Amino acid sequence: MSAHDHTGHDHAHGGAAHGSLKGYLIGFFLSVILTAIPFWLVMDGVIDNKQATAVIIMAFAAVQIVVHMIFFLHMNPASEGGWSMLALIFTVILVVIVLSGSLWVMYHLNANMMPGLHEMREMP
Amino acid sequence: MPETLTKFIFGRLTLESLPLHEPIVVATFVVVALGGLAVLGAITYFKLWTYLWREWFTSVDHKKIGIMYMVLGLVMLLRGFSDAIMMRLQQAIAFNGSDGYLNAHHYDQIFTAHGVIMIFFVAMPFVTGLMNFVVPLQIGARDVSFPFLNNFSFWMTVGGAILVMASLFVGEFARTGWLAYPPLSGINYSPDVGVDYYIWALQVAGVGTTLSGINLICTIVKMRAPGMTMMRMPIFTWTSLCTNVLIVASFPVLTAVLTLLALDRYVGTNFFTNDFGGNPMMYVNLIWIWGHPEVYILILPLFGVFSEVTSTFSGKRLFGYTSMVYATVVITILSYLVWLHHFFTMGSGASVNSFFGITTMIISIPTGAKMFNWLFTMYRGRIRFELPMMWTVAFMLTFVVGGMTGVLLAVPPADFVLHNSLFLIAHFHNVIIGGVLFGLFAGIAYWWPKAFGFRLDPFWGKVSFWCWVLGFWFAFMPLYILGLMGVTRRMRVFDDPSLQIWFVIAASGAVLIAAGIAAFLVQIFVSIRKRAELADATGDPWDGRTLEWSTSSPPPAYNFAFTPVIRDNDAWFDMKRAGYRRPLSGFKPIHMPKNTGTGVVLAVFSVALGFGLIWYIWWLAALSFVCLIATAIGHTFNYHRDFDIPAAEVAQTEEARTTLLAAQGARA
Repeated sequence: MSAHDHTGHDHAHGGAAHGSLKGYLIGFFLSVILTAIPFWLVMDGVIDNKQATAVIIMAFAAVQIVVHMIFFLHMNPASEGGWSMLALIFTVILVVIVLSGSLWVMYHLNANMMPGLHEMREMP
Repeated sequence: MPETLTKFIFGRLTLESLPLHEPIVVATFVVVALGGLAVLGAITYFKLWTYLWREWFTSVDHKKIGIMYMVLGLVMLLRGFSDAIMMRLQQAIAFNGSDGYLNAHHYDQIFTAHGVIMIFFVAMPFVTGLMNFVVPLQIGARDVSFPFLNNFSFWMTVGGAILVMASLFVGEFARTGWLAYPPLSGINYSPDVGVDYYIWALQVAGVGTTLSGINLICTIVKMRAPGMTMMRMPIFTWTSLCTNVLIVASFPVLTAVLTLLALDRYVGTNFFTNDFGGNPMMYVNLIWIWGHPEVYILILPLFGVFSEVTSTFSGKRLFGYTSMVYATVVITILSYLVWLHHFFTMGSGASVNSFFGITTMIISIPTGAKMFNWLFTMYRGRIRFELPMMWTVAFMLTFVVGGMTGVLLAVPPADFVLHNSLFLIAHFHNVIIGGVLFGLFAGIAYWWPKAFGFRLDPFWGKVSFWCWVLGFWFAFMPLYILGLMGVTRRMRVFDDPSLQIWFVIAASGAVLIAAGIAAFLVQIFVSIRKRAELADATGDPWDGRTLEWSTSSPPPAYNFAFTPVIRDNDAWFDMKRAGYRRPLSGFKPIHMPKNTGTGVVLAVFSVALGFGLIWYIWWLAALSFVCLIATAIGHTFNYHRDFDIPAAEVAQTEEARTTLLAAQGARA
């Protein structure tokens, strides 16, 4: 119910076109596959190395996010006159700053303030 | 009644929860209750309830919502300031074995409440109110993008404020300091309701803040008048855009971290506990990732106000518009890279501390650039020292001192000496009062005639100005000195009698500020009494430069009969120079949103939900949550959301203004 003098509802105005059934189906199947593979990896213990499994699952999650943005949120570099893309870049920058910053800060803190057991034993 | 039933109905709320044993609180309650009853009685006596409900509470008009935000901020300022002056008095007398007049339990609540209220329920509503009122007018829009959401946001902010106020009389408030660091705020060390009041008040208000941020970004991006490119937007709109981007990007972090704290307290998780793998420092880290952008959320819009005021009252185009825009954008991004300077002493190594120390020093550069832009705007201008300009000059002198002590604190070794001391307290009051509050008073004096059609009385404004400015210097310069001597913050009693004189000076400053606030209230009262004398018929009392001055004062519900077309920065100045004539005919019906009470209803349920969660009244929490969701879904089926103002009514409103302008012209 925006107050400017648009009459009628022109949703597509300046924005991305709404998705087609085909688009939604592609998105749906991609999401299912991208969810099923990590499940399979964990349930059947396909890879021995647990850390490697975790990293692969994270990678699948990242691809999943992109799939959702393209097929369900209908984002592309041109949608909303580039504003969506700008907002996305800004969001990614902030998420990277927050995550990497927190990891760095907390790692440093632990290294400095939480001496491990063997270090404690060496203390006079 | 059996005990289990009482427990079911009232949770942990008992008669002992009422602070009847605290005479100061009881006296406050009596005063507030009598005052409240008088106000309610007066509203009933003058039969104003229907008027208030129809024209204000349910209004989706951005101007009315903006004004309501300002009223909320002013009311909460009185509460926050009474906390402040109580602390100043306590610290001024608690020497030589005296315990002062506040016990530790009460004193800890006061300094927590002071911080929480001043940031969340004074500064934020004032800033949001200004943006709400001014931004759509400056960009030539008829309302914000989502008018109902705007009303809802406002009432959620009020809901948070109500919860904080309730804690004064029902139960108690947090005793943890304004950011409620664990483990102190964990369930083991704060088992009572104080921290729960804190969490739910901020969560409820946070919904409002985030949604209003989304709303204003959308408005600025989507609803600018034709011709107003990004680089032709007024500076206040630019700074508002950046502030709202900061709000949308940072408030979710606050919501998340408070949710984690709530989980620790309610269901026994161990995110921030000392044991079972929890890490309290993670809370400090996360809350400052929100907290530092928050500082810029508060100050950026006021930088916009100072820019508008300086340019208007110097009669010149703003010096360095482009650099001002870039400085604002750079601050927006850099404000995410400095959060660790709030906890240099937590034990990160030298590389972490020097990185954040350097980013902090870098962020002072764009702010310094802005200062020079204002100075160069004034240079060779014909400066009119009206009230808004006086506040701006006071800001420039005061804020620079606060900025320099900030850079000083950004040096990690210096911070190790000064952290948690009164030096820090003096620093952030110096930038928040000297920047945010002075800016708000400048903005209020500047846009008041636009909102109400008459100016504020200059005499009482000047009284308030001098009391505030001198009061600020008297109240906080002693704290710098005390901080350098090593006095820490949040102390209730002192051993060293030689410190007392500084606290007495600080308390006298607080009394001066009290006089400043009183003079401000008198100024509003006197201005309303003398409104005929102070009236402004032109809609452009200051010879303004931006679009809001092109409409009548107060603006009609639809703001602009025809959407203006913008050809230059300072659109209204350009229009005046080009000999703009108001269109007098050819009006069309104007499509507008309808008022709705849903925002109020949703906020009432949210307050009930918060109250239920705070006191463990689970049936109330569950019931109000269901009602909340049902109302929200129900509202989506309301299809009667808009109406058209008939062309005849628009013509009539515009005709009235033509007559008024003609009368003004004839007199002049």
